[in-house]
Amino acid sequence: MRLHNISFNNLRRRKGKTIFLITGLLIGIATIVTLLTITENMSRDIEERLDRFGANIVMVPKSENLSLSYGGVTVGGVNYTIEEFDENRLGALREIENAENIGIIAPKVLGPVEIRGKQVLLMGIDPESELPLKTWWHFEGVPPSHSTDLAVGSEAAKALGLAIGDSVMLGGKNFVVTAILQPTGAAEDGIVIGELHAIQGVLEKPGKISLVEISAFCNGCPITEMALQIAEKFPNARVNALKQAMMSKMQSIDMFKSFSYGVAALVIFIGSLLVFVTMMGSVNERTREIGIFRAIGFRRGHVMRIIMIEAIFIGFLAGLLGFGVGRGLAWIVIPFVIPGSSLSGLSGTLGVVALLLGVSLSLLASLYPALKASKLDPTTALRAI
Amino acid sequence: MNKAAEHLIKISNIAKEYSSGDATVSAIRHMDFCIDDGEFVSIMGQSGSGKSTLLSVMGGLNHPTRGVVYLDTMDVYALSNEQRADFRSEYIGFIFQSYQLIPFLTVLENVKLPLAITKFKEKLQDEMALSVLDQVGLVDKAHRLPDQLSGGEQERVAIARAIVNKPPILLADEPTGNLDTKTTMDIMNTLQSLNEEGLTIIMVTHNPDLCRFSGRTIHVRDGQCHDDA
Repeated sequence: MRLHNISFNNLRRRKGKTIFLITGLLIGIATIVTLLTITENMSRDIEERLDRFGANIVMVPKSENLSLSYGGVTVGGVNYTIEEFDENRLGALREIENAENIGIIAPKVLGPVEIRGKQVLLMGIDPESELPLKTWWHFEGVPPSHSTDLAVGSEAAKALGLAIGDSVMLGGKNFVVTAILQPTGAAEDGIVIGELHAIQGVLEKPGKISLVEISAFCNGCPITEMALQIAEKFPNARVNALKQAMMSKMQSIDMFKSFSYGVAALVIFIGSLLVFVTMMGSVNERTREIGIFRAIGFRRGHVMRIIMIEAIFIGFLAGLLGFGVGRGLAWIVIPFVIPGSSLSGLSGTLGVVALLLGVSLSLLASLYPALKASKLDPTTALRAI
Repeated sequence: MNKAAEHLIKISNIAKEYSSGDATVSAIRHMDFCIDDGEFVSIMGQSGSGKSTLLSVMGGLNHPTRGVVYLDTMDVYALSNEQRADFRSEYIGFIFQSYQLIPFLTVLENVKLPLAITKFKEKLQDEMALSVLDQVGLVDKAHRLPDQLSGGEQERVAIARAIVNKPPILLADEPTGNLDTKTTMDIMNTLQSLNEEGLTIIMVTHNPDLCRFSGRTIHVRDGQCHDDA
């Protein structure tokens, strides 16, 4: 016979009250788990969407005379002369302090060419980095992957009269149109796109880069700081951080998070109050029993321990079940709140938080009732004596 | 226990008053007596005479307004609350009115209750509890709940619980108050046997017939010892 046997036997005997207590706390914890899971999923969803949205740092060469039209660069026909980046130096981007936050680095070379008697902007890209970044690019045909492939923007295709399979001579080299870029409503509609190194050759800019787009989105990334770090590494570059869109979306998430925490705090407060009131009632109900314990030699600490063990058990069970129910609710609710999304995996941290929350709230709410019980005068408690 | 003292228990100039609003009620006006080791003492008196208060004062449960309670040479009320709890655990076995068993614990668990705060291992606790249950003839009902027992059986469980950790003193408050004559006799015989084995018993009763089981009877009236024989 140990004190915990008394606690567990009491909980077993007062099944109704025990279930009531666990349910009260469970509702609170389940609410928190549900809200936090939904918030976390919303945050991740927005993060993914923004990742798909593309780059959020653009690095262009510093030039006072340069007017921009694509990603910050306009090429003013034959007068286009700017100091470009050296391709070999781009590795320095991976050496900045927040290098781990850098996702995709997409370098490009830009320059004017004449095709079928018309001037057009030619852009060389690295398909491996560019295409994952531009998820909104949809091609008719096969996007450029070989050195002789070309993709033509929809407006440029019309203006130049180009179609898939057409051959184009550029810089004395024969290229084949393998894809037409479907209208994007942006600058890409009027350009011709090819493989980076092949285009560098056509433009006679071997190893040169006109523009670098960097995808560095992640929740809480110090985008502005990263831009400054990049600018330090590339003194001749103008680095722009496109953080407005991300900030406004993250602000919405933060507002929802604050709202979630508020609701969760309220529910948890009510749950704790329920535990407090029920525990107080339980202590009053058990006055005689506590009197017996004290009369046969139990110390105040022993009586407190009996009640605290009950509280720990109730809190643990409520935390465990609350976590399960909360995740279940989140699983049901998420597809409605975030269309096309579903609950991803089990969050161990949230599980631990739910357990700790259950136990600590239950203990906190039971502290005063336990103290009150331990202070009961055995003669008053027993009355019979 | 320290045997240097002349008596096992010494009640010296005890008084106990309760406040009731503006009025003060004297449950014990003045009491002075001693009890020796191995005695079986009945404290007899009418309802409200102060006998139950006296028992709780002797058991370290109820601080007297005045006077001293000695166990051997130890002043019981000079101890702190927690020390007095330890004192009750070590020296006193209580039999309360109406059995006062814990309804959600089995007979065996009820008997083991005083052992829950000791360092005895579970196996030894079981042996000790079964041994006293055997003594009161209830081994076969060890796993029943109190409400599955008769009044007499519940009283015997209460006795077993009171003696399981082998205290030197047993305080019994109306141990047969709710029992029929035959069961009362059984219980009294059990208490007498325990006394013959060396246990000091102090029993509160209002039934004069039970005094013949004890070697000494203290009559209490209006909070004072009226007769000690």
